[in-house]
Amino acid sequence: MATEAIYPHRDPMLKKRDDFEDMLEERRNSSDLRYALRCYTPVLYKGLAPCKASMLKSMVLQSDQLHHVIGQVSRETGRAADDVQEEASAILEEMAHCLQLSTVRFFAFTLSKVFKTLFRSICVNEEGIQRQAIQEHPVVLLPSHRSYMDFLLMSYILYTYDIALPVIAAGMDFMGMKFVGEMLRMSGAFFIRRSFGGDKLYWSVFSEYVKTMLKNGFAPVEFFLEGTRSRTSKSLTPKLGLLNIVMDPYLKGEVYDINVVPVSISYERILEEALYAREMLGVPKPKESTSGLFKARKVLSEDYGSIHVYFGQPVSVRSLAQGRVNRCQFNLVPRHIPRRPSEEIQSFVNDSAYRLVRAQEENMVLKPWVLLASLLLQNHHQDQTAGQKRGMVLEELTAQAVWLRDMFREYGAFLHWPDHVPPSEVVSSSLSLHRGLVRVCEGRVQLAVEQGGQVKPGEPHSTVTPEEELLSQAVIVLSCASYRNQGLHVFLRPALLASAINAASSNLKQEVFNSFSFLRNMFSNEFILCPGATVQDFEEACYLLVKTGALQVTQQELLVTERGQRTVAFLTSMLDPFLQGYQVVCRFLCEEATENLTEKQFVPAVRKFIIKHLLAGRLRYTEVLSSDLQKNSLAALLRLGAVQKIKAAEQGTLKVNKVMVNSLEDTLGGRLPTQKAVGARL
Amino acid sequence: ECVEWEVTDGGGSEIMKWNGWGYSDSKFLFNKKGQAEFTGKRYRLSGMIIPGLKDWMEGTFGANLQHKTPATPLLTSSAVQPATLNKAFLEELKSTGIPFSHDAEDRVFRAHGHCLHEIFALREGKFGRVPDMVVWPNCHNDVVKIVELACKHNVCVIPYGGGTSVSSALECPPEETRSIVSLDTSQMNRILWIDEKNLTAHVEAGIVGQDLERLLNESGYCTGHEPDSMEFSSLGGWVATRASGMKKNIYGNIEDLVIHIRMVTPRGVIEKSCQGPRMSTGPDIHHFIMGSEGTLGVVTEVTMKIRPMPEYQKYGSVVFPNFEQGVACLREVAKQRCAPASIRLMDNEQFKFGHALKPQVSSIFTSFLDGLKTFYITKFKGFDPNRLCVATLLFEGDREKVLQHEKQVYDIAAKFGGLAAGEDNGQRGYMLTFVIAYLRDLGMDYYVIGESFETSVPWDRVLDICRNVKARIIQECKDKGVQFPPLSTCRVTQTYDTGACVYFYFAFNYRGLSDPVHVYEQVEHAAREEILANGGSLSHHHGVGKLRKEWMRDTVSNVGVGMLKSVKDYVDPDNIFGNRNLL
Repeated sequence: MATEAIYPHRDPMLKKRDDFEDMLEERRNSSDLRYALRCYTPVLYKGLAPCKASMLKSMVLQSDQLHHVIGQVSRETGRAADDVQEEASAILEEMAHCLQLSTVRFFAFTLSKVFKTLFRSICVNEEGIQRQAIQEHPVVLLPSHRSYMDFLLMSYILYTYDIALPVIAAGMDFMGMKFVGEMLRMSGAFFIRRSFGGDKLYWSVFSEYVKTMLKNGFAPVEFFLEGTRSRTSKSLTPKLGLLNIVMDPYLKGEVYDINVVPVSISYERILEEALYAREMLGVPKPKESTSGLFKARKVLSEDYGSIHVYFGQPVSVRSLAQGRVNRCQFNLVPRHIPRRPSEEIQSFVNDSAYRLVRAQEENMVLKPWVLLASLLLQNHHQDQTAGQKRGMVLEELTAQAVWLRDMFREYGAFLHWPDHVPPSEVVSSSLSLHRGLVRVCEGRVQLAVEQGGQVKPGEPHSTVTPEEELLSQAVIVLSCASYRNQGLHVFLRPALLASAINAASSNLKQEVFNSFSFLRNMFSNEFILCPGATVQDFEEACYLLVKTGALQVTQQELLVTERGQRTVAFLTSMLDPFLQGYQVVCRFLCEEATENLTEKQFVPAVRKFIIKHLLAGRLRYTEVLSSDLQKNSLAALLRLGAVQKIKAAEQGTLKVNKVMVNSLEDTLGGRLPTQKAVGARL
Repeated sequence: ECVEWEVTDGGGSEIMKWNGWGYSDSKFLFNKKGQAEFTGKRYRLSGMIIPGLKDWMEGTFGANLQHKTPATPLLTSSAVQPATLNKAFLEELKSTGIPFSHDAEDRVFRAHGHCLHEIFALREGKFGRVPDMVVWPNCHNDVVKIVELACKHNVCVIPYGGGTSVSSALECPPEETRSIVSLDTSQMNRILWIDEKNLTAHVEAGIVGQDLERLLNESGYCTGHEPDSMEFSSLGGWVATRASGMKKNIYGNIEDLVIHIRMVTPRGVIEKSCQGPRMSTGPDIHHFIMGSEGTLGVVTEVTMKIRPMPEYQKYGSVVFPNFEQGVACLREVAKQRCAPASIRLMDNEQFKFGHALKPQVSSIFTSFLDGLKTFYITKFKGFDPNRLCVATLLFEGDREKVLQHEKQVYDIAAKFGGLAAGEDNGQRGYMLTFVIAYLRDLGMDYYVIGESFETSVPWDRVLDICRNVKARIIQECKDKGVQFPPLSTCRVTQTYDTGACVYFYFAFNYRGLSDPVHVYEQVEHAAREEILANGGSLSHHHGVGKLRKEWMRDTVSNVGVGMLKSVKDYVDPDNIFGNRNLL
């Protein structure tokens, strides 16, 4: 074990962050119309005039890369080159943005109106915005993705600060909304199909389109590293396709450098809150439709608190690649011939992607509600175990929140807790903003689940079945969990360590590390854990726990201190739902998985299994019903080789290695020491 | 054309500077009025006032005439390490009658090339390991004797030609404990015969470029090999480093010009048995010799192609709105294989630099004309003075063909927005080639250090490499604490079917730096890494020496290095030619 390795501890408390300013303040005090029509003169990259959409298209169609691929496709399929060229042109037509200032102005006007009704404030760090505006190198904007609002919001901010407007990679599903799709296109969105696996031509048009915009610096390119909106408020493991594309011009020497800017957008209340919870509980995702959006808007005519948008420090791709990538590998093949990225580059892009997602996480602003949601959830679970429905005394909640606040701060969280306001007021204003999720009754606070505890079988209960009852409770729990998840990254590593200490059979450092390493590996599809950084993460966790006085580290042992018990208990129970969830999935696979369980059937089947267990009272965590957790655990089992995908005629079936799954379950449950369970694999 | 030829004698040190570039009588200085002038009588610029240079130096580098860093004026022999002499070798050498010396000045003079760190150290009066003695063989047989004695007595031999190396190739390895003999070929400077039937000349390898050209010219011939260093560099040096000449488009590079080579090695003399124009006899042994950088032996005699002197020469220049257009034009010229004898494209910074080096004009009329030209290009044609760039051209051949050729090239240039900018600008561009090396000495008097380095790169990479390397230099200077923005500029100096040779120049004001040479070396190192990362070669014609040998393995692969090593091991098992270049 290399835990003695020196890991540069940066004290998270010392992290310098910019101040925020509220954008809406000015909007409330001056004319939206004048604002929408004002003179917009952003600084341009190298003084280049922005390129007309038509000119951009012809540059792409005439590019060497596309020429090469068209030739290749035409040879392979026997189609005429002109024919393929036409197809390429059609793909481009379907994809391309056509940014128009008039549309942007329209959005500037309407969004001002909408934002002012929905939100109390939109806070942005102006310094950060200006930092990325210095267009010395092409810019890539990487906002976190929690809501449909995200990209309109980004453009809105950049327009407000007179910064070059980005072009944004958007999923094709938007195009379903006829009118809206075109509007978005005119505000800078370009559309990509969700999957185009083997389509060489599509990939070529797409990558050339993005690279042409980027290389020439026509506009900043914006996309979501997470690939899709996170329904759980946890950051999603990054998707690498677009990041590969935008890094390519640097790696091939076509530009000197590229600046990548992680942007963290945090919502105090997410517009899609209940929608997401329902989706994860199995109400299928409605196809994006214009009318759906309006319906949503009706529901949303209430207070959504504030939004914080933090533009992080631009990351230079050149400095990321320094000493990691040998760019000479592109010397021997013409650069326009597309090639699969080498292993070296794949791992570089992967590591960079994780670093960038972590940078997004670090600058997420956390509201007091995040702490309250975490505490209330824990309390809810305790109540459930005890079969009570008492909730928490308001004062107790406040006291615990203050305790947790201080811990979060020590862990370096970007917490916005108004210090000049008495804690009790902070708590009550938080609770009132989220009154859909909590109920305050006789000085006690609890989650707003309709019926606590279980419904006794046989008891007449209107027309609601126990299952429906459970699911409606789960909506509230999952919504709450999504707020807790906002703060997960802050204590994830200490929580893994706390759970590892619990699970390990002794206090020996090596054993705790083994256990930590097992959990970390198990959960690396669930949380953002940079590949290969086990030792660093372990050191970081130790550092934080030692710093807060919860842990003593000696040469050989890790000892939880007296005052650390509370911290460790809290941290362990934060992670417990996930631990339980993974175990249930394992149990399902051992007990109920049939020979021909397909991937598609997995989620509904496991859900049925879990509902059964929940109703029988064998499982306490409703949030295990989250399909996100179920999919992540399956992904982890696939990665570990405990489950295999067998390609069948129609769909892939899942082949379960029951011995292995069983031993993983036992290890997760602490019934089996770590080394034996997975051996050399870890 | 622009240089008043003069035979340099072997001793050299009186008419040559011992701690700077070129002739002692030629240098830039700021006169009492604070104007720059170039002294001496040798060059077209000699004796002239250059009014724009002061402003350019101040503007470009933030240099100040008040802040001087003068060189140590005299060589103090006591600062030179005493010679380690091999008595037995010396005794036997005396008996051969070959002249030699262990005078400190002679030894120091041959202990360096012209890398920045070498000159910087000399100016500070610092000397590292220097040769212990110098020998002056007079002919091939003398060399054979010297090498035999060196092998017999285990003495290290470092061949020395013109001393213009910029790869640390002449530096004595500090770890060398044997006696080091500098073998100066300068006395072997005769043309032994000219064969007019086959158009070849057999020449001793110590001859210096300008002498070779002048002597051949007397018989109506030329080799056409004109590297920028031709005033001082020697034929043997060209062969040993794989030199390239400005007019290679007509005459070829050294490997195209050489018909026969004679080299003395510890194993004996290597040469081919005939002078057929091409042979299919296994790998060409000439290619073991060319580029061997003095690690295998001493080149003593070379048979070279010669050509009748051209009937007509014409300079020219073209202004392009930007560097991208200029490169596109050069690429097209190369594609159509109609490159003139020389075609070079300077970037905007170099264009401005060339402008700053314009001598004082004698008449109001000329300055009026200049003004008019500037007006035409910038205002009428809309060229941005901060983006435009210039290509200089040299045509050679019979008059009619030159004019025809000229038209063809200008027509291509016009397609890329190029405007003909006159013969004078072109000619001045080439003249600057010779004086630019003197300018570094002036810079070093005022806290400015700099250097040039080159690479070759495929056409599709030319623009990218130029942009990235220049940007890297600027960034590295900033990162390394250089207080003033550096000069970072480039030019495309040669075109080939598949690529081009690119030259980078960089210089900066080092006031405020405690170890400027180290900073300089770090920046140059980073710039070379950037070149390699952008598909450029380790060197187009300067060679590897010791400066760049850390990249040899990556450049030619493990097996490649192994091949070269095994040749070295066979030819020189005792490492008599121990300059440790290349490998």
